[in-house]
Amino acid sequence: MDTSAKRSWDFQMNRADQPRADQPRADQPRAMESGTALSEGDPVADAEGTLLLDDDLINLYEEKEKTKIEAILARLDDELVGLGPVKTKLAEISSLLLVDRMRKRFSLASSRPNLHMSFTGSPGTGKTTVAMRMAELLFSLGYLKKGHLVAVTRDDLVGQYIGHTAPKTKEVLKRAMGGVLFIDEAYYLYRPENERDYGQETIEILLQVMENQRDDLVVIVAGYKDRMDKFFESNPGMNSRIAHHVDFPDYSIEELDQIARLILKDQSYYFSKEAEETFREYLNKRMTQPHFANARSVRNAIERSRLRQANRIVNSQAEKVSKDDLMKITAEDIRLSRVFLDL
Amino acid sequence: MRITQGAFSFLPDLSDEEILAQVSYSLDSGWAVSVEFTDDPHPRNTYWNMWGLPMFDLSDPAGVMYEINRCRQAYPNHYVRVNAFDSSYGRQTTALSFIVNRPAEEPGFRLSRTETQDRRISYSISSYASDKPSGERY
Repeated sequence: MDTSAKRSWDFQMNRADQPRADQPRADQPRAMESGTALSEGDPVADAEGTLLLDDDLINLYEEKEKTKIEAILARLDDELVGLGPVKTKLAEISSLLLVDRMRKRFSLASSRPNLHMSFTGSPGTGKTTVAMRMAELLFSLGYLKKGHLVAVTRDDLVGQYIGHTAPKTKEVLKRAMGGVLFIDEAYYLYRPENERDYGQETIEILLQVMENQRDDLVVIVAGYKDRMDKFFESNPGMNSRIAHHVDFPDYSIEELDQIARLILKDQSYYFSKEAEETFREYLNKRMTQPHFANARSVRNAIERSRLRQANRIVNSQAEKVSKDDLMKITAEDIRLSRVFLDL
Repeated sequence: MRITQGAFSFLPDLSDEEILAQVSYSLDSGWAVSVEFTDDPHPRNTYWNMWGLPMFDLSDPAGVMYEINRCRQAYPNHYVRVNAFDSSYGRQTTALSFIVNRPAEEPGFRLSRTETQDRRISYSISSYASDKPSGERY
């Protein structure tokens, strides 16, 4: 009994002498470990892990695999119909960043590129969605530490009385740090007709942070093309700090049709044969009307036809309803739209 | 005399990277981080002046670092500390607090003895720095 007690004590002593690598040592501050654990998953740390010699080679395929660029771009391609120029621009930017990463491993000069962007285009052309993908992309390339998106408008940035704007803007900026700050309809920040408008203060703070804290935050401003152009004209400082101007073209009718198909498929519905034609007719009419918001209008139109379909089924007085009935949207459901009634 | 309040105060001063790591640990634990400053180093001085409001909904420590640096700029010769408040039910208290800035020279404390009734002695300490009015110390 005596010996076994001693042995177990010995055993403990041995354990204590050689702390296992995966166990935190008592004398280390607790929070320190989490700091190192965090950096393990950090893509930047990976990239800087080993410096390469002049005649070393980097496996391009592996590098792509590691950053998951291809996967993100492919997802973008699947989820977003059309938008050719936007996708090209995005692919270009991600290639540049990937090349920069590889250059860094050879310790070639690679200053952090300016990543602030402006997205211009009509409503419903996918600016917010692309911004979200952009945040993911930059995160996986290691240019952002967290990769979240903070979407704001004028209301979130500009205060209501003197001295309210700066803290409000700064709070939003702090929340966005490590990710992307997406300012929708950024031109509302600048109101030339009111020279005491607090929006100017917001712009000044924004410019300062965009310049000084480029490592922490990527700013994307978005809005209609013509008004954005005017905004940049009156705020040249903003224009010069934004490196990438991406223009989102309007969707063609084929693309809108394709978007409708995607939305329907997502929600397990489908158009009947006649409904397909009617929907095209609907799109043709709707596109000429005011307040046409591209993909958003398509989504809303589908929402409304779902309502009508539901109403039709409930009031049909049929005894039995099949699975197909519940999935099918008929021409009638679309034709009841206001767009057809007006004419 | 170097004052030792809060966590890590017996270690050498934390570098900015170490502060960032601590703050990101706090944010990942869901704590709200705030920055406070004072020029009264008395150990019972619990409530320091707030540098802005506590920062909620942050996900990256860069925002906190920004405020720390601004506070350091404004008060280079004050004590600045970072608090992390855990609001989860059952705890609801400061989970981590550490000093991130201290004056270049810390003069230390005077121990004064007062004789009271029946020759009893009561002790109190006060910082040499707090002899001067607030704002002119250090």
